[in-house]
Amino acid sequence: MGLFFHIGRYAAFLGQVLRRPEKGSVFRKLLLEEMNGIGIQSLGIVALLSVFMGAVICIQTAHQIGGWIPVYTIGFTVRQTMILEFSPTLIPVILAGKVGSNIASQLGTMRVTEQIDALEIMGINSANYLVLPKMIAALACIPFLVILSMGLGIGAGMWVGVSTGVSSVADFEYGMRIDFNAFDVTYALIKTCVFALIISSVSAYHGYHTSGGALEVGRSSTKAVVYAVVIVMVANLLLTQMLLG
Amino acid sequence: MIEVKDLSKSFGDQKVLRGVSAQFLPGKMNFIIGRSGSGKSVLTKCIVGLHHPERGSVLYDGRDFTAMEREGKKDIRKEIGMLFQGSALFDSMTVLENVMFPLRMFSDESAEKNRERAMVCLERVELPGAGNKFPSELSGGMQKRVGIARAIAMNPRYLFCDEPNSGLDPQTAIVIDNLIGDLTREFGMTTVVVSHDMNSVIEASDNVHFVHEGTIAWRGESEALLAGGHPALDEFIFASKLMRQLRQTLRP
Repeated sequence: MGLFFHIGRYAAFLGQVLRRPEKGSVFRKLLLEEMNGIGIQSLGIVALLSVFMGAVICIQTAHQIGGWIPVYTIGFTVRQTMILEFSPTLIPVILAGKVGSNIASQLGTMRVTEQIDALEIMGINSANYLVLPKMIAALACIPFLVILSMGLGIGAGMWVGVSTGVSSVADFEYGMRIDFNAFDVTYALIKTCVFALIISSVSAYHGYHTSGGALEVGRSSTKAVVYAVVIVMVANLLLTQMLLG
Repeated sequence: MIEVKDLSKSFGDQKVLRGVSAQFLPGKMNFIIGRSGSGKSVLTKCIVGLHHPERGSVLYDGRDFTAMEREGKKDIRKEIGMLFQGSALFDSMTVLENVMFPLRMFSDESAEKNRERAMVCLERVELPGAGNKFPSELSGGMQKRVGIARAIAMNPRYLFCDEPNSGLDPQTAIVIDNLIGDLTREFGMTTVVVSHDMNSVIEASDNVHFVHEGTIAWRGESEALLAGGHPALDEFIFASKLMRQLRQTLRP
């Protein structure tokens, strides 16, 4: 099916999703469940990857700089890499794999086992009931995960730099502070919010429109991750040009 | 009463329903039968609004469902209960939560009242002790009964059952048929059952609509079914050896 078909169906899907929830108390309960699934249960993987990435960036930078480049460059590079690209872009890409496939397979299974039809028969807007809590939970949690990732990455970089003797605490801290522009964090968070919406809505779109059986649920899950990652990458380029260009 | 008038539905070039008209009576077990691929499931999905027909109308006690906007349809859907072929229970919820679900979404009663109502429904389907189990812990027959309990939780005026006996042994199938029949008479619901299980049709139906090549090829009371009247219906009914032997007994 053509690109325009999917764009049109995605827009119609969002039109169904972005409506007032049927019942506030039920929505709040679902939102908390989704925040647990998307946010709390992603803490471990985000923390682990951020710590290792911060440490690796520190060691690589120390390896690259010669005697004539100041040592504080290590702190500067770790900060800039974590804040500008690793945390706001690669963490959402990783979450597209973890959260996106989970959303798509959950909705796909509900579709092929007629659970979504059961919701519709009851008079419930199934897209709104199932997807809106996921999108809002992603929007609320992923920026926090990204901020956590920034902090852990920079902290791990500093710890590895000091413990391996490539930098002193003072040099690393100086590098971290030098030429700091607070807009970089704003830029990172704007990107993150957009990516959170892309990951949750694109994977939900693929899961919701699954037809067939178990095989198609697997296919939808794979497609959800691939499309979410590609769209995140394209959006990253566009947003970077718009915000920094 | 549910009235279907001149309903047509196609998927691409394939015409599945070709001007179907039918009436489903209140307090009766109205069966839609037919071979696989004849269009009976599509017909049911058009009646409940899961598919949008290209032509024709569906009237719920005179209210034109097909012409309604989303909000109007929502009101009618609150009067519909449906038992799905695979039960379609929400697997993340317990049995009690499943039955309480429509009440939680649409009832203004307290959680305690909703729980009481759900327990009454579970008792009615003879599963009072299964409330804390998850659907995956139940047998196929028990899942169907939970599906029925959820379908009747909101006191529906219309009950749809899609292949309620599929995957069940003959004895459990009869239990499910009898349960649906008893509830239909007890609450005066307009019940529509989609089936190709002849045991079930003979055992439980009041009115039968035979769908063949996208049209209602035969309709009548269940007593008239075995007398035949349409070649495709005869082929369908007497497909098994047992039924052919029965025909020879009936028509020496």
